[in-house]
Amino acid sequence: MKEMTYREALREGMDEELARDEKVVIFGEEVAQYNGAYKVTEGLWDKWGDKRIFDTPISEAAFIGMGVGASMLGVRPVMELMFWSFHSVAFDQLVNNAANVRYMSGGQINCPIVVRGPANGGTNVGATHSHVPEAIFASMPGLKVVSPATPEDAKGLIKTAIRDNDPVYVMESTILYGRKGLVPDDDNFTIPLGKAKIEREGSDLTFIAHGGSVETALEAAEELAAEHNIDVEVVNLRSIRPLDQDTIIESVKKTNKAVIIDESKPFCGVSAQLITLIQEYAFDYLDAPIARVCTIDAPAIYSPHIESEQLPNKKRIIAKVKEMRI
Amino acid sequence: MAKSAKKSTRKDFSKDPINKSLTPEQKVSFFRDMVRIRQFELTSLAEYQRGVNMGGFLHLYNGQEAIAVASSSLMGEHDHMITAYRDHGHGLSVGMSMNECMAELFGKIDGCSKGKGGSMHLFAPDKNYWGGHGIVGGQTPLGLGLAYGVKFLEQKGCCLCYLGDGAINQGAFHESLNMASLLEIPVVYIIENNGYSMGTSQERSSSAPEYLAQRAEGYSMEWDVIDGENLYELRGKLNLAMERARNECKPTLLEIKTYRYYGHSVADANHKKYREAEEIEEYRSTHDPINLWKEKLFAEGHLNEDTAKQIEKEAKREAKDSVKFALASPAPTVADISKDIYWEVDNETEASKQGRYFFND
Repeated sequence: MKEMTYREALREGMDEELARDEKVVIFGEEVAQYNGAYKVTEGLWDKWGDKRIFDTPISEAAFIGMGVGASMLGVRPVMELMFWSFHSVAFDQLVNNAANVRYMSGGQINCPIVVRGPANGGTNVGATHSHVPEAIFASMPGLKVVSPATPEDAKGLIKTAIRDNDPVYVMESTILYGRKGLVPDDDNFTIPLGKAKIEREGSDLTFIAHGGSVETALEAAEELAAEHNIDVEVVNLRSIRPLDQDTIIESVKKTNKAVIIDESKPFCGVSAQLITLIQEYAFDYLDAPIARVCTIDAPAIYSPHIESEQLPNKKRIIAKVKEMRI
Repeated sequence: MAKSAKKSTRKDFSKDPINKSLTPEQKVSFFRDMVRIRQFELTSLAEYQRGVNMGGFLHLYNGQEAIAVASSSLMGEHDHMITAYRDHGHGLSVGMSMNECMAELFGKIDGCSKGKGGSMHLFAPDKNYWGGHGIVGGQTPLGLGLAYGVKFLEQKGCCLCYLGDGAINQGAFHESLNMASLLEIPVVYIIENNGYSMGTSQERSSSAPEYLAQRAEGYSMEWDVIDGENLYELRGKLNLAMERARNECKPTLLEIKTYRYYGHSVADANHKKYREAEEIEEYRSTHDPINLWKEKLFAEGHLNEDTAKQIEKEAKREAKDSVKFALASPAPTVADISKDIYWEVDNETEASKQGRYFFND
C-alpha cells in the first residue's frame, strides 16, 4: 500500500492503462498542455505526447461524439468533462449515441468509452456548475456509472472503467481530489464495477452513500457512536449501475434500519431507486421507515454562507437519525 | 469569392481518370445498384402503406440514389460511411442484402439490427457502414470519430459522413467542422441538399451565401458543390475529397444538389403543400439520376433497353422476395428486449456477474 491523493490515484490509474493498452487515448478541454483544469492529468502529456493525450476545443458534443465514433473502431477514449455539469451540451452524444448504439445495431457495435470528471456541489460555483447527474445517466440502460469515494476507489475504478467494453461514466469530486488515502501498490489492482464496500461495520443502522457523501456518512457515524451510542454500518456503493444490491440488502437485514445519504436531489435521485429496492427485498426486516438525507430540493445555491447546509452534512444526518428515535 | 465561380466551371467528368478506368461492367453495376435501391424502397413503401407490417417512420431516398452508389463505389478497406435516418440507399450500396434490410423494417429477428433499430437505424459494421442515425446532425461527431479512429490507428482511409441540408444548422455539426479542420481529421462531410429541411425550404431555414458548403470557409476547410444527378461528376469530385482526406488528413465539406420525390418521411402529409406538384414532376421527368445514367449508358453502348428492363425486373423480384423473407422471419421475443444492451452482459464476462444491471420487477 502507498499513500496518495485521489487526484494522483486517478492519474496513476490512467497512466498505467496508457502503458498497458496502446489504444487508450485521453482527450478533453485543457487535459494536455495545461495539465488538466484540476491537474488530474498533470504530467501525462509530457510523458505520452500528442498522440495519446491532446486538448480539444470547448466543444463537448463534438469531442464526446468523436470518442463514441472512434470507440466503434476499437480505440479506447478516456474523455474528461471539466465538470460533469457540462453534460447537458453533449447529452445527445452521451445518451442517444453512446447508450443506444449497441442496442440499435442489434449488438453489432460496442462503445468502450470512459467519460470522467467532477460531479459535486459544495464549492460555491452556482447551479450551472454543481450538478450531480449520477441518477440521470444510471437511468439509461446501456450506460454504467461509478462514483469513487476514496483514493483506493479512484484508482481501482478508473482502471476497471478503461478496461470495460461498455461506456462507463466516472463521477468524481473536486472536493475529494486532494484527499489522501492508502492505495494498493500493484499495477493490476482494479475494483470490479457493481461491488460495494462496507467502510464501517455496525449493528444498529445502515448508512448507504456514494462519492463525497461517504466521507460525510463516516463522520456522522463516528459522532453517533461517540455521543449517542449508535453503531452505524456505512456502505460505500462505489458503483451506481451496475449496483451491488446484495450488499445493501444484507446490511439492512442485519441492522433493520436504513438512511441513504445522497448528494443528488431527492426526486428520482439515486436514493429513490435504493428505497424501492430495500422495500422490495427487505420490507419484512425494516424496523423504521427508510430515511434519506439528500441535497435540499432547489438549484444549487451560490452563497458560501449557506451552500454547505443545502448538501447532506453531518448535522443534517444526525438530526435525521434522531428523528428516527433509535 | 473565387470559389463561388464553381457552378460555372463545369467540365466533363467522364474523362476524369477515376471514371476513365471504369469497365462497362462496373458502369452497368452502378445502374443495377441504383435500380435495386429504387425498387427496394418502392416495395417498402407499398408494404408500409398496407399498414400491417411496418411501424414508425420510413424516409425514402427516391431521387437521391446516385449519391450513395457513387460514394460506395469509391470506398476502400479503410474507408467508412455513416449517415442519418434516410439510410436505406447507403446500406444497400455498401452491400447489405435486401433481406436483412427489409426484415429490419418489418421489425424481425433476421433484420440487420434484429428488429431493434428499424428503418432509421440500419448498420453493417462488417462493411464499414456505421448507420443509420435518427437525430438530425447527431451522427456528425460520430463521423468525426470514425475518421479520427482511422488516423489514430495509422490506416490510410477516410470517413464519409452524410447529412441533410436541415442538419447544417445543428450546433454539433459546427463543432465537428471546427475540430475536423483544427485536428486534421480525414472526414468528408457530405450535405445531401434536397432543398427541404422536412417541410421548410432551404430559403426559410438557412442563412447562407450562394452555397451551403461555403460555410466551410469559416473553418479553413475545402469545399465544393456537386450535381447529384451526374454519376461521373459525383465520383470525380468525391474522389478528390477522399484522396485529400486519405493523403493529407484534410477534411472537405461537399454539397450535393439533389431532390427527394417523396416527403420527409412517408408520414409527411404536407409534402405536396410546401412544394408544387410541378416541381416534383419536373425532377422526376428530367433529373432522375437513374434515367439519366441509363441514357448515358445507352449512348455509350454499354446497355440496351432489354438489359435495362431485365435489371429492373430482377430488382423488383429481389425486393418482393425480401418481403417474403421478412414475413417468414420471427419477431423478437420479450426475452430479446433485454439483450444487446451491455457487451459484458451479452458475452457473460466476469464483469457481468457482479452487481445488478437491470431493474425490472
